[in-house]
Amino acid sequence: MNYWPLAGIAIVVLGFALRFNPLLVVVSAALATGVLAGLAPLAVIEALGKAFNDNRYISVTWIILPVIGLLERYGLQQRARAVIEGMRGATMGKLLVAYLAFRQIASALGMKDIGGHPQAVRPLVAPMAEAAAVKTHGDLSEDARDEVKAMAAATDNVGLFFGEDIFFAIASILLIQGVLEGAGYPLTSLELSLWAIPTAICAFVIHAGRILAFDRRLGRASK
Amino acid sequence: MITYEWLYVLAGAAFAIWAGLSLKDGRWGNAAFWGLLATSFLLGSHLSDLANGVLVLALVAIAGFGGLTRSDPPTTTPSERQAHAARLGNRLFLPALVVPLTAVAGTLLYNYTPLEETGLFEARRETLILFGIGVLAALTGACLWLRPPLMAPAEEGRRLIDSIGWAAILPQMLAALGAVFAAAGVGEIIGGVARGVIPEGSVFLTVVVFAAGMALFTMIMGNAFAAFPVMATAIGIPLLIQTYGGNPAVIGAVGMLAGFCGTLLTPMAANFNIVPAALLELKDQNAVIRQQIGTAVPLWACNVLIIYVGAFWLWN
Repeated sequence: MNYWPLAGIAIVVLGFALRFNPLLVVVSAALATGVLAGLAPLAVIEALGKAFNDNRYISVTWIILPVIGLLERYGLQQRARAVIEGMRGATMGKLLVAYLAFRQIASALGMKDIGGHPQAVRPLVAPMAEAAAVKTHGDLSEDARDEVKAMAAATDNVGLFFGEDIFFAIASILLIQGVLEGAGYPLTSLELSLWAIPTAICAFVIHAGRILAFDRRLGRASK
Repeated sequence: MITYEWLYVLAGAAFAIWAGLSLKDGRWGNAAFWGLLATSFLLGSHLSDLANGVLVLALVAIAGFGGLTRSDPPTTTPSERQAHAARLGNRLFLPALVVPLTAVAGTLLYNYTPLEETGLFEARRETLILFGIGVLAALTGACLWLRPPLMAPAEEGRRLIDSIGWAAILPQMLAALGAVFAAAGVGEIIGGVARGVIPEGSVFLTVVVFAAGMALFTMIMGNAFAAFPVMATAIGIPLLIQTYGGNPAVIGAVGMLAGFCGTLLTPMAANFNIVPAALLELKDQNAVIRQQIGTAVPLWACNVLIIYVGAFWLWN
């Protein structure tokens, strides 16, 4: 077997580790992999161009930025903070645990587009988490604020990933179904999606525990 | 029928406006980058594969050699924002909610009523198309309500897209890399290597190698969708299901979720891990991944146990 195409993976790992520009790393890896697999250089560029063009739908979502930017111009983030400051007993831990539960349940019901980083985390969840952390722990260092915002983004990801597969009509369930059916194991999507529930519960317990521990750690650090 | 092509024209127009504003601002690199991307969206379907490929190389050359910079279009000051927020109150959240609600409610309405028979939207593309419609509705509503200066939405959008910079097209570029990996047969090679390291006769260790293969290959490819067919064909189906008689539903469903733990750990899953770091203007590009390690690793171990117990103990 020709193992040379794996050099592309090595380029990706090294390139990211050495902090080269990721676009440069990805395209170098694609070119190297194609050529080492025995494709002509022009054919690799054509394959790359076609694949990039076929995947344009991924970048369409940026059209939301004028809406978010316009609302931020009129104080959306400030308003999100004010809502939290007006709530008694609101802590960063409680807020993010509630968001985790909301995101998991909504995704499990097929509403995975209700959250997300540009439309929910940047304008709402991250500023709310930051405001709640400042409210309970006092002023925070720049690094601690970054950690809180990163935890807000991480919570959105965990909630989405370990909620969406409970919904039976989602792409990943359909993919599993297709692969198993091709091998002679016809299953309904419901049989598969039910088995996403144990992992979803584990994900909630583990991540909620970490959020609360993080909140306590911030409290100790600021004293 | 409304197709993705309509969305590409919409997005192409947005990128073209950002290119024009960058040009006016004297940011040549940004203007060239967003201009090329606009070309891809507006004309990509009519260009040859080679022309699209050269366009990709040009985009990467601009970004790779530092041609993109953050911009600073005129906007409101923090104190003005505070005053607006106090005056406008919670109604400010409404336009932001219009977009997801249009996408979600519209998809449900379209799929579970006779509307689907009208064939208004391209099949299985309705959610993203409705997202686009929601954006237009929210933008129109917000402009009528807030009466901003004419160019404010475009300039505020440019501030955000420039703060994201090259990371904006990284997810799309990684999907293209996945296609090249597939064409070069990387999946089959990885599957062969994974099969080679399995100790014979141990169900538990085979589950561990299957779940580890899912997570590692997902980290390499940036998403579990590419990893699943490879690992299922190499290990999941021939060994766990056929040789050891495990439950196919558990092995398939939880195997995929073991892959999702890998997604939490890799910069290759750019739209989940790198783009938010840029959007939130974090100093450390890997800050989101750092917060996810402590969840992903124990959760991966839970998945191994769920497969082992669910597919072999409960099943027999």
